[in-house]
Amino acid sequence: MSMSQQVELAKQAGERTHHFHGGLRLRHHKKISCGDPVRQPPLPELLAVPLLQHVGDIAEPLVSVGDAVLKGQQIGQCQPCAAVHSPVSGIVVAIQERPMSHPSGQPGPCVLIKPDGTEQWAELDRFNDWLDASPDSLMAHMQRCGLAGLGGAVFPTHAKVRDGHNRRTHTLILNGVECEPYISCDEMLMREQPDKIILGARILRRALGAERVIIAIEDQMGAVQKALTSCAEFANSENISVIEVPTIYPEGGERQLVQSLTGLEVPLGGRPSDLGMVCQNVATAAAVAEAVTKGKPLIDRYVTVTGNGVSHPRNFRALFGTPVSHLVEQCGGYTDDVARLVIGGPMMGYPLSSDDAPVVKASNCILALTHKDIADPQPEMPCIRCGECARVCPAMLLPQQLQLFIRNELWDPVQTHGLSACIECGCCDYVCPSHIPLVEWFRFGKGELRKRTLESEAAELARKRFENREARLSRLKQERAEKMARRKQLLKDKAMQQDRIRASIERAEKKGRTKLPTQNSGAPDDT
Amino acid sequence: MLISVLVISVLGVAFGFGLGWAALRFRVESDPVVERIDDLLPQTQCGQCGFPGCRPYAEAISREEADINQCPPGGDAGIRALADLLGREPKPLNPENGEEKSKTVVLIDESRCIGCTLCIQACPVDAIVGAAKLMHTVIASECTGCDLCLPPCPVDCIDIVAAETRPPRWQRPRPQIILDGA
Repeated sequence: MSMSQQVELAKQAGERTHHFHGGLRLRHHKKISCGDPVRQPPLPELLAVPLLQHVGDIAEPLVSVGDAVLKGQQIGQCQPCAAVHSPVSGIVVAIQERPMSHPSGQPGPCVLIKPDGTEQWAELDRFNDWLDASPDSLMAHMQRCGLAGLGGAVFPTHAKVRDGHNRRTHTLILNGVECEPYISCDEMLMREQPDKIILGARILRRALGAERVIIAIEDQMGAVQKALTSCAEFANSENISVIEVPTIYPEGGERQLVQSLTGLEVPLGGRPSDLGMVCQNVATAAAVAEAVTKGKPLIDRYVTVTGNGVSHPRNFRALFGTPVSHLVEQCGGYTDDVARLVIGGPMMGYPLSSDDAPVVKASNCILALTHKDIADPQPEMPCIRCGECARVCPAMLLPQQLQLFIRNELWDPVQTHGLSACIECGCCDYVCPSHIPLVEWFRFGKGELRKRTLESEAAELARKRFENREARLSRLKQERAEKMARRKQLLKDKAMQQDRIRASIERAEKKGRTKLPTQNSGAPDDT
Repeated sequence: MLISVLVISVLGVAFGFGLGWAALRFRVESDPVVERIDDLLPQTQCGQCGFPGCRPYAEAISREEADINQCPPGGDAGIRALADLLGREPKPLNPENGEEKSKTVVLIDESRCIGCTLCIQACPVDAIVGAAKLMHTVIASECTGCDLCLPPCPVDCIDIVAAETRPPRWQRPRPQIILDGA
C-alpha cells in the first residue's frame, strides 16, 4: 500500500477498533489512588527545579543566586527545547547540583527557590482570542510557556506541533489511554477538567491545521467518556469524538494507539505524522489550554502517589521542584514495609535512589512498592527459545534474538533486527521464564548505537579538520618556499644589478681616467 | 585454421585497447583499501601508532609496512574490525604503542596559560584557539583526546579530563548478570 493510500485510510481512524500485536492484560491497581479528589499540596520549604527536564541540552539559567523570582517567571532557556519557569514566587537561594529524577540517578544542576508564600504571579501574556491567532504564534507561545509532552517522554510540544503542521495533519489524537498499572493522573484529570482538555484539543487542532480530534480512552474508565462527550457537545465543537479502546498494555504507546485506531502501522523510523496524525497526551492538551487562554506557563502537573508503600495513595496537582518526600508526607507517609521508590509505572518506571528528588515535567507517578510487591532478583538462566517474548512484543520484534546480538556486540544485525522500534514497554521482561533482563539490554544497546553514531560523526569531523590542517600546512610550506625562491631570485637579481652597476662604475672610472686630464685642463683648478 | 588465428588475434587486440582505454578512463586516484582502512580508524590523529596521523597509518597498513594492532584509541574493537576487513587474524594490542583508555579531552587552565601558541601548533585537528600572548582555550567538542598538546606546553597548564558522561551525555551501563546464589 502506498503512503498516500495509507493516509487516506488513516482518515477513517476510529470507525472500528483494530488490534496491535502482542501486549499483556495486567492488573490495574488504579482504584486505590482514585478515591479522593485531586489536591494541591501545601508549599514545600524549598523547591529544586532541575534545568534538564527534556530531551536535549541543559537549559541556561536566567537568574542568579539572591534574585527574587515571581511565579511563572522564566528561569531557564534552551533554544531548541522548551523553557523552564519558576513554580513559585520567592528567592533563588542556590544554583547547584542536586538529585533530579533521572534514570541515571546522577545529580544535575537545579535552581533552588525558597518560596515567600505570596504566590505573586509574573506578568503573563495570553491570547484574548485564540481563534484569531495564527498557528505560528500559537506554537511560539507554546515554546515560551515551556510546554512538553506530559505522557512521560517530555518531547517539546511546539516541535511536535510544528512537525505535524508542516506535514498536513488531518487527525489529532489525544492520548488518554493510561495503560500502565497504578498510574491514574490522566484519568483524574479527565474526570475533573474535561472542559480544559476539550479547549486544549481545539487549540491544538487549530495550531496543527487538523480537521478532527479523537480522544482515546480505555474501555474501563467509566464516567470519563460521558464527561468528555458532554463537554465536547457543550463547546459545540464538531469533529471531536471520544473513542474507547480495549485495555491492553501497552495500548497507550503512540504507535500502538495509532494501530488500534486505524489498523495501520507507523513505519520504522517514522512518526505518526507520516500517516497524517499527531498524538498528544490529554494532560498536554489541558496545559495548552491554560497556556493559551490564561498565559500560564507549565509549572505544575497531576502526579499520582500510589502503591502499597504509602499510607493513603492519591493524586496531587504538584508544582515542579516539589520534593517527592513532601508529597509522600501529604499522603500520610510511608508504610512500614516500604521497599522501593519508582518514578513512573511498574513496567517502564525507574527506581529512585532518594526521595529528595523533585517532581519534574516527566514524573506522572511516584510508586512506593513493598517487599511483597517486588520479586527478589532471580538468577538469570539461559534463553530456552520459548518465543514468549516475541509473542507479546507489541513492536513485533524478536527480543531473544536481539538480546543475543547485543550481548555479543554484533551491531549490524542489531540494527537490521529493528532495535530502534523497541518501545521499552517491558512485556518481554514480564513473560520471560528465564528472567533475562531484556529491556535493560535493549536500553544498553540503544545507548551503544547512539554512542557509535556520535563517535563516527566525531571521527568524520576530526578527519576533515586534520585534512584541512594538512592542506593548510602544505600550502603555507609551498608559499614559504615560493617566497624564499622569489627572494633568492631578487637577491640574485640585486647581485647581478650590483655587478652591473659596479661594472658600469668601473667602465666610467676607466673612461674618466682617460678623459680626466682633458677635463682638468679646461677647468680652473680649485686647489 | 588461419581464420581462427585471425579472429582470436583481432579480438585480443580489440579487448586490449578496450581495457587500456578503461584503465585510463576509470582510473582510481587513490587506493580504495586505504580509504576503507582509514574509515575504521578512530581519527584521533594521536600518532601513537608511530605514524603522523591516521591516514599515514592506513597507508602503511595497506602497504603491509605496519601491523593492525598499533592503534590504542581504536582498541580491541578497532583491531577486530581491521582484521575482518583485511582477512587477517585479530591479535592483542601491541603494548609498545600504548594501552586502550576511555575517552578524554584536555582542558587549558586559563589562569596559568602564557599564550605561547606551542599547543596550537601541536594540535592535529586545530581544536585549540588563541593568539600569541593571549589566553588559549580548547574547543572540547572538537578535541580528539590525542594529548599531543601536553609535551610542548612550557608551563604545564593543560590537564586531561574525562569526557562528559553526565546527563544528557549519560550512557546506560551494560547490564550485570546475576549469577545463581549471588
